[in-house]
Amino acid sequence: MTDKRLKTGLDFTWRDMEVGNIVTEAGSATLRRTGDWRSKRPVVDREKCNKCGLCWLHCPDAAIEPVENGHYEPDLFYCKGCGICANVCPKDAITMIEEEEA
Amino acid sequence: MSKRVALEASHAAAEAARMADVDVIAAYPITPQTHVPERLAEMVANGELDAAYIPVESEHSAMSACLGSAAVGARTFTTTAGQGLELMHEVVYVASSMRFPIVMVICNRALSAPLSVWGDHSDAMAVRDTSWIQVFCENNQQAFDMTLWAFRVGEDPKVLFPVMVHFDGFHLSHVTEPVILPEQDEVNKFLPKLQYPFALDPDRPMTHGAFGPPDIYSETKIAQEVAFRKSKDVIMQGFKEFGDIFGRYYNPVEPYRTEKAKLLLLTMGSFSETAKIAIDKKKNEGESVGLINLRLWRPFPFEGLRHAVEDAEVLIVFDRCISFGGPGGPVYSEIKSALYDMPERPKVVGFVGGLGGRDMSVKDFEYVLDRGREVAEKGSEEIFETVGIRGEVIGIKE
Repeated sequence: MTDKRLKTGLDFTWRDMEVGNIVTEAGSATLRRTGDWRSKRPVVDREKCNKCGLCWLHCPDAAIEPVENGHYEPDLFYCKGCGICANVCPKDAITMIEEEEA
Repeated sequence: MSKRVALEASHAAAEAARMADVDVIAAYPITPQTHVPERLAEMVANGELDAAYIPVESEHSAMSACLGSAAVGARTFTTTAGQGLELMHEVVYVASSMRFPIVMVICNRALSAPLSVWGDHSDAMAVRDTSWIQVFCENNQQAFDMTLWAFRVGEDPKVLFPVMVHFDGFHLSHVTEPVILPEQDEVNKFLPKLQYPFALDPDRPMTHGAFGPPDIYSETKIAQEVAFRKSKDVIMQGFKEFGDIFGRYYNPVEPYRTEKAKLLLLTMGSFSETAKIAIDKKKNEGESVGLINLRLWRPFPFEGLRHAVEDAEVLIVFDRCISFGGPGGPVYSEIKSALYDMPERPKVVGFVGGLGGRDMSVKDFEYVLDRGREVAEKGSEEIFETVGIRGEVIGIKE
């Protein structure tokens, strides 16, 4: 995650604005740290997880990623903390915890 | 060889769009603009024009479809009037802010209520600040010429702004006049193929219409404003190239017999031709009068206007629209503010008339000139003057 650098609007003057605010390169959303918006984060209990993948399927921001041994983990760079993954988990393996307690 | 044919302004504009070889037309018919999309639909159906005609369900959809069309780099045309332009309003801003060079013909119409399908400039003035390049036409030839010119200017890579071509509903849209149609070769020489530099392409993905949070919105708008004002260079270049090829030269501010005249009248659109006859009559009677036809409304031609009025003592500005509760008609208040910084400026008198299709005769313009001079000399309690209103008009003041 350290290789990702988000340029904010503050890096640009009005002269840098592209015609019509067109974003001329694809994939720029990968640089946006939407994880900043989060107040709660999902924590996965691998003991309970049955690797069904429902959290991965339901995440509206594709912020749940498959990891080693068929498990799933949230990408906290993007995860906005909506809690849908915890809600859909049939094994109650995902708990939403307050960011300040994380 | 060009040919001279009898056409109403609506059909002249449709011919210009055909000769510009537009790729997409998305339009909804509305009086008095109906003949424009009707003629274009006919051309597409008859195979005279190879274009996609999108029969949308509203003007809001018309402009929305135009956004999509322009985004893929297709030459895009639409047309509306009055209430249609109002319904389209939010998307009008989107088109210019996304910098899509759409051309739109407006057959100027009054705004309801009361319901009026007849002409005035209320619809045009309601889109004044949308950052569309806007020109007004005096006659049917200009309806053709300005429509063709609009593609040349708007699509220029140094511009990339949409262009509105205004002509008066009924007074021009439904009136048949001789129009010189050029040869296709000449049009092709004037108007290169559109090469929109940001056309959507699956092989070169990009984002149009992204979110503008507070940290970039202001910078975006300033960039837009600077680019919009700079479009004047290409506007002038377009007028020159048009004149060089077709022999008719246009200007942002067009003086008519103003040589050192003390009293000037400023009009826009078809009324300029009527007013010119009044000017001729007054000149024959030995009066020091002249006319200014304001062709370019946005970006506003400050320098041209100041230059055109520098010898005048009185400038009468004629509006076909009321800015309710404001400093006078929209054109009048604009021009007053444009002249404010001149060390010596003419006294400016505002008139409102010709609302909702009301005719303005030569005699009416003679009255405007006489009354305007009188108001300049003696003053008036009213913020602007009116013409042709039954009953003494009092109460246009604080």
